[in-house]
Amino acid sequence: MDLASVREYLKNYDGPDMQIMEVCGSHTGAIAKNGIPGLLSPKIHLLSGPGCPVCVTPSSYVDKLIELSMNPKNCIVTFGDLLRVPGSTKRTLSSARGEGARVKMVYSPMDTIDLALKDPETDYIFAAVGFETTTPVYALLVDEVIRRDLRNVKLLTAIKTMPEVIRYLCESGAPIDAFIAPGHVSVVTGTKIYEPIAEEFQIPFGVAGFEGKELLAAIYGIVRSYGKGRVMNFYPSVVREDGNPQARAMIDKYFIVHDCAWRGMGIVPGSGKVLREEYRYLDAGSIGLDEDHKANPACSCDRVLMGKIRPYECPLFGKICNPLNPQGACMVSTEGSCFSYYSNHRTDG
Amino acid sequence: MEDDKILMVHGSGGSATGELIDKIFDKEFSNKTLDQMEDSAVVEGAGRIAMTTDSFVVTPAEFRGGDIGRLCVCGTVNDLLMRGATPKYLTCGFILEEGLSIDLLKRVVHSMAETAREAGVEIVAGDTKVVNGHGEIYINTAGVGFVPDDVEISAGRAEVGDAIIVSGTMGDHHAAILSERMEIETDIESDNAPLGDIVRNLLENKIKVHTLRDITRGGLGTVLKELSESAKKTFTIEDELIPVSPKVRDFCGLLGLDPMYMGNEGKLVAFVAAEDEERALEIIRNSKYGSGAVIIGHVTEDSDGRLIARTAIGGERELDVLQGEGLPRIC
Repeated sequence: MDLASVREYLKNYDGPDMQIMEVCGSHTGAIAKNGIPGLLSPKIHLLSGPGCPVCVTPSSYVDKLIELSMNPKNCIVTFGDLLRVPGSTKRTLSSARGEGARVKMVYSPMDTIDLALKDPETDYIFAAVGFETTTPVYALLVDEVIRRDLRNVKLLTAIKTMPEVIRYLCESGAPIDAFIAPGHVSVVTGTKIYEPIAEEFQIPFGVAGFEGKELLAAIYGIVRSYGKGRVMNFYPSVVREDGNPQARAMIDKYFIVHDCAWRGMGIVPGSGKVLREEYRYLDAGSIGLDEDHKANPACSCDRVLMGKIRPYECPLFGKICNPLNPQGACMVSTEGSCFSYYSNHRTDG
Repeated sequence: MEDDKILMVHGSGGSATGELIDKIFDKEFSNKTLDQMEDSAVVEGAGRIAMTTDSFVVTPAEFRGGDIGRLCVCGTVNDLLMRGATPKYLTCGFILEEGLSIDLLKRVVHSMAETAREAGVEIVAGDTKVVNGHGEIYINTAGVGFVPDDVEISAGRAEVGDAIIVSGTMGDHHAAILSERMEIETDIESDNAPLGDIVRNLLENKIKVHTLRDITRGGLGTVLKELSESAKKTFTIEDELIPVSPKVRDFCGLLGLDPMYMGNEGKLVAFVAAEDEERALEIIRNSKYGSGAVIIGHVTEDSDGRLIARTAIGGERELDVLQGEGLPRIC
């Protein structure tokens, strides 16, 4: 198959209506960036799922971070996309910084080590939000903190795992006929992990890369497999069937499975990780942050994350909710589906 | 000067200020207008003049490929050039924080003087203030240029059919500043440069230039979207034709940045009448700082102002201005 035939097939597809969900924020971005929706038949619908780590983090976690940041002894260390996410009120880490809180933005969790060494008087709390992709790095951070016996580094975790939430979506009756399985997550988990779900619900999974061609190939394979419970790997250059066992061993060394709250979905059994009992002294209070209140009651991030509505169907979308004045997390993160739809003028699906 | 740091006394207006002006500023900037040391400069005028002002707060003040001195001359001169003006005079106001290294100040002033000579402008007036702080330096400039009678270049003039030409690779300045701040080892250099040669050559060769814009903060995406709204036209560009150097592309891949929204300080976008596009491209490529020029797309139709990018796989996406914060203190 060459690109032209794949495009022709997808543009002229006239089989059953198909709802295909991508559960990776980077895929959401790449789909928009490559202009993929315009290349598909009106019978193929792309849905963005709960694939942006910041978007699925419940408000109580953000509230807790803000509370910790207001303690003058603390400094919160975080990736940039968490800064402007509202908690249960309109406050964000960024606005807390305006009130005097210390918040440091980094590009790698390991930068926390340098910060902590340079300033032993301050407690550095890393906001460890993420999926299987970033968890190995958090495990390395813990490993390094223990090795150096640093007493002024802690983690506030909101670590989530993908297969469990995919199963939850299938069980909840969400109208999904197929999944574009995440590329980077699958590097760690491997493709095998989706097989039980594919078989049970008789839906295809296609693991995809992030280039336009790779995504089109995955969508093509998925559409051709409508109604079949199979897992296909369209990203074999980096994803293996059994993933990366070393990375998983590193995760398991420091973290255990935990029932975890997702924004808009409540607690999904076994869908997260927390530090093991013996390392819990490095935790800044992550357990029990399950409450989820919307800063704006009309915000529909929860329904967007479940694939029940498209971002532009939210009453706030593009009106009072936009990237400069986000009402919910999905409009903050560059991986968020609302942000992606807004900044690319997407009205498809 | 005996001191190696700027002190409050250097802003007193007394002898220490005089010494600072003599030994640093006048030494580098000396010309017959400035040397008169009058309260204001009296200079030759023209029928139509272009005026602009800008403030420079970049951190760090020195970076790979440039410094705040070169940057402030380039930024101001380029703003004048984008209206088709010939840059003539600059003024500069220095705000120096106590503790600033005098060696750094000397290097910055030297670099300003050199860049002004390169750009063909005279620095005809200046001011210095010293404030409390942490040893940082800020520069405000004003620029004046002469606009030839037959030149009419402005944001709203793009016409359907116009070629959209960028003068080189995107994102270099942004990536250079960011890598300095993050202490990432790269050899990406800022592209800060005065673009007079490109503009002069286009005008001298009677190319029908409708719009010029330097691609600074917000990057190419923001600049093009804003221009599409001014002109009330749709611009259609090809993703694959946007020039990005391999180093900047790798750097962006690493950090999840999009070169379409990263600033430059020595690149412009030109909208040129269809019949002149090939000649214009050749002229820009043969001009100083224009060797990497590329036609990235065309003005395709009347609209409220839309920017469409055609993607490598044949899709289309509509682009907006930069959303969110961008990188602070890039210029």
